[in-house]
Amino acid sequence: MGQSIWNSMQQKGYSRRDFLQFCTAAAIMAGLGKTGAAQVASVFEKKEKPAVVWLHFQECTCCSESFIRASHPIVVDALLDVMSLNYTETLMAASGFQAEKCLNDTIANNKGKYIVLVEGAVPTGADGVYCMIGGKTAESILQTVAKDAAAVVAWGSCASNGCVQAAKPNPTGATPIHKLIDKPVINVPGCPPIADVMMAVVTHLLVLGQLPALDSLGRPKEFYGRRVHDTCYRRPNYDAGLFVESFDDENARKGYCLYKMGCRGPVTYNACSVVKWNEGTSYPIQSGHGCIGCSEEGFWDNGPFYQHLASFPGFGIESTADTLGTAVGVATLAGVAAHAVVTNIRKRSVIAEVHAEDQKEL
Amino acid sequence: MTRVVVDPVTRIEGHLRVEAVVENGVITDAFSSGTMVRGLEKILIGRDPRDAWAIVERVCGVCTSVHALTSVRAVESALGITVPPTAELIRNIMMATQYVQDHVVHFYHLHALDWVDIVNALKADPKKAADLAGSFSKWDKNTPAYFSAVQDKIKAFAASGLGIFANGYWGHPAYKLPPEVNLIAVAHYLDALEWQKEIVKIHAVFGGKNPHPNYLVGGVPCSINMNEVAAINSERLNLVARLISQADEFVNQVYIPDLLVVASFYKDWANYGGGLKNYLCYGEFPTQGYGKPEAFKYPRGVVLNRDLTTVHPVNATDSEEIKEYIASSWYSYEGGDGVGIHPWAGETKLNYTGPKPPFETLEGQQKYSFLKTPRWKEQPMEVGPLSRLIVAYASGRTDVQELVKDTLGKLNVPVGALFSTLGRTAARGLDAALAMIWLKEFYGQLMERVKINEVSTFNNERWEPKSWPAEAEGVGLTEAPRGALAHWIKIKNGAIDNYQLVVPTTWNGSPRDAKQQRSSFEAALIGTPVANLEQPVEIIRTLHSFDPCLACAVHLYDPQGKHLHQVSFE
Repeated sequence: MGQSIWNSMQQKGYSRRDFLQFCTAAAIMAGLGKTGAAQVASVFEKKEKPAVVWLHFQECTCCSESFIRASHPIVVDALLDVMSLNYTETLMAASGFQAEKCLNDTIANNKGKYIVLVEGAVPTGADGVYCMIGGKTAESILQTVAKDAAAVVAWGSCASNGCVQAAKPNPTGATPIHKLIDKPVINVPGCPPIADVMMAVVTHLLVLGQLPALDSLGRPKEFYGRRVHDTCYRRPNYDAGLFVESFDDENARKGYCLYKMGCRGPVTYNACSVVKWNEGTSYPIQSGHGCIGCSEEGFWDNGPFYQHLASFPGFGIESTADTLGTAVGVATLAGVAAHAVVTNIRKRSVIAEVHAEDQKEL
Repeated sequence: MTRVVVDPVTRIEGHLRVEAVVENGVITDAFSSGTMVRGLEKILIGRDPRDAWAIVERVCGVCTSVHALTSVRAVESALGITVPPTAELIRNIMMATQYVQDHVVHFYHLHALDWVDIVNALKADPKKAADLAGSFSKWDKNTPAYFSAVQDKIKAFAASGLGIFANGYWGHPAYKLPPEVNLIAVAHYLDALEWQKEIVKIHAVFGGKNPHPNYLVGGVPCSINMNEVAAINSERLNLVARLISQADEFVNQVYIPDLLVVASFYKDWANYGGGLKNYLCYGEFPTQGYGKPEAFKYPRGVVLNRDLTTVHPVNATDSEEIKEYIASSWYSYEGGDGVGIHPWAGETKLNYTGPKPPFETLEGQQKYSFLKTPRWKEQPMEVGPLSRLIVAYASGRTDVQELVKDTLGKLNVPVGALFSTLGRTAARGLDAALAMIWLKEFYGQLMERVKINEVSTFNNERWEPKSWPAEAEGVGLTEAPRGALAHWIKIKNGAIDNYQLVVPTTWNGSPRDAKQQRSSFEAALIGTPVANLEQPVEIIRTLHSFDPCLACAVHLYDPQGKHLHQVSFE
């Protein structure tokens, strides 16, 4: 791929703002006037927009809906400027074989270069008849489309972990896609994933042209490296033993910790309490309901949701999914009190270390 | 005779396929088929009833939250729980929010491109477009510079491939809008895409996130405390107020004016797509508690045979009223294919008997869908915004009657125009306008309750399973944006013993029943003209008027099963 002017300006340390000013100046010189700037910017940046296809299998379309909730960039800009989304049953204008042509042409003309985004699990029961599109099984479509893809992204818990249809007794044999294709899959779990997390993954692939760093479960470390609990603003209540005992009790009205209401924040790796939802408006705990752990494998079967965890593995914010795994409630001794004590001891030692560092520098 | 296959019809309750028989340019028969199933009803068995809302909410992420609301109502009805009035208001605010967002997204992003030619918009004069828009809307964004910028954006975009707009039916003679109207609609398509992410922040405030905000049996999970930063407080309520006022402007200055202008060029579509003559509405927006449906904003009832003089009462707990059939569905019942079963006794045994995939057609199959076929007193029913308006109109609700009459007057069409593809699409706009009025009203009432510190949002009397009877049964009824939605639950020893959902698309999109009566999609398609079999935009228009999907892959076959488009390109 050739280097665009924007790329080279970036390397020289120019900001996006500088670049647009440059384009405006260039446009005026070229006689286009100020309104021509957008067009000029797209020419200077112009390279073929990466081809993207979005497949839909056993899903509820919440991932597509989440995607269009993105605020940076807004979805209009992503669709017009960042990618060429050539196939998505949710938004595309084309119907009929014209739609199929969009998919087939994309594969044929971009072998090894197109990106596949998958929403939904794939049912493998009864020879695949539980999800058929155009008379073909979901699995056969997945295999055909994934074969020549540059990268495959599993949007949401359905494609990453199977999600609700894979909950016991999994009547249709719903299967996450990484178990069906033999190429690496970027898992972006959540029901749905956070809109701006989805956009960030797209940015990694299409703007930076690189895979994000992944953990052992194929999830981007950038967003799935920390537990909701460890970044939750209600965490100090937990450490202090201040809990909601019943919904809308006095403690709930003070915003205490929801651990006893079944919050799965302590065993859930996601960015909810940092990035938050809907342009930073809120996240489940902020609005009074515990985390249900929707980005964790098998979370539907780790219930009931309102029964609090007996305990959970791992302590402290340095723990990651890689070192801990995702088992729920396996430890038996480490209760709330023990956790609080250990956390506080750790905090003290961390504070002591920082203090020592400061002393040294002085 | 040609069999036109439309597959997939996506977006609601999985994947949908429609096969239509076209003779002499007109549809003479149609078959609607659900080709995806997840078995959620089986997954619910044995679980804690308080968890059910989260599981069933995942039925649909487009009309997110409506299944959650239906589920908590079902459990509350089974366990005799009354939710505090403040919680009811918050639920109403969330539901009205869903109506408004869902309908705007449907109009612009799922339906508009059936009527609006985006390529033709490039020919428009931005100045004329601004003048025209200014004649029917006060929206201050509608300036020549704005329309010119949108045109430039689309031009630049088109130069590098059309992406999601590629291979549409652009230029088809069925597109009748002047370039300026096309440009206005395209500009607002982009604006609506940006705006829809704003209004759902109301869900995030009260439910923590959208899609799939949190609900709670017995109330709502958020607490109100005007002296606490970590609760619903004055800052949160101010945010909701701003989002509501933005939405009000968008609905009344953008959506409704656009809808009326587009509709005025397609009055011929008041002659097509009428379909069934029976309309069912469960009622929605409780004003004096869920137990008092007579005080709902939308009343409950059935209108039969388009007779607006009589509204029939509906009782969802009567085992003789609502039944589901599987005569044409890939299931088996213990009692055989001929019987109908009330959902409380519902059975979910999958039994696929269709052709082995890959297949080209379902022609000749007695069973052809994963949707069951619901009936009210043995009769097929249309559900959705049109049904809500018709039942409210026939019930003598003056607010609805005035709005309907006013709109028909503006379009200069008779009442009969309602019973059509055009009427269904217009009804959805009126439904949004009413929801917008009520949304403001509910917010005002919420503020009044906050003022007198009536802020309880949860009733914990029956929260603990030990307070429940050994056996209980309940039903939750709602009007989802797409129509009548109900969940039936049986609880035994603290766990779900049976759970059945009958969703709007099951009413509208189901296959034939044991008496071979058609449901809404199939009935509405009959009589619809198809000018060009290779570009059946007319089928898409009528299907989308029910709001089932956006994009459909169409496969054309002749009676021998030969792929027509391959023939035409050979």
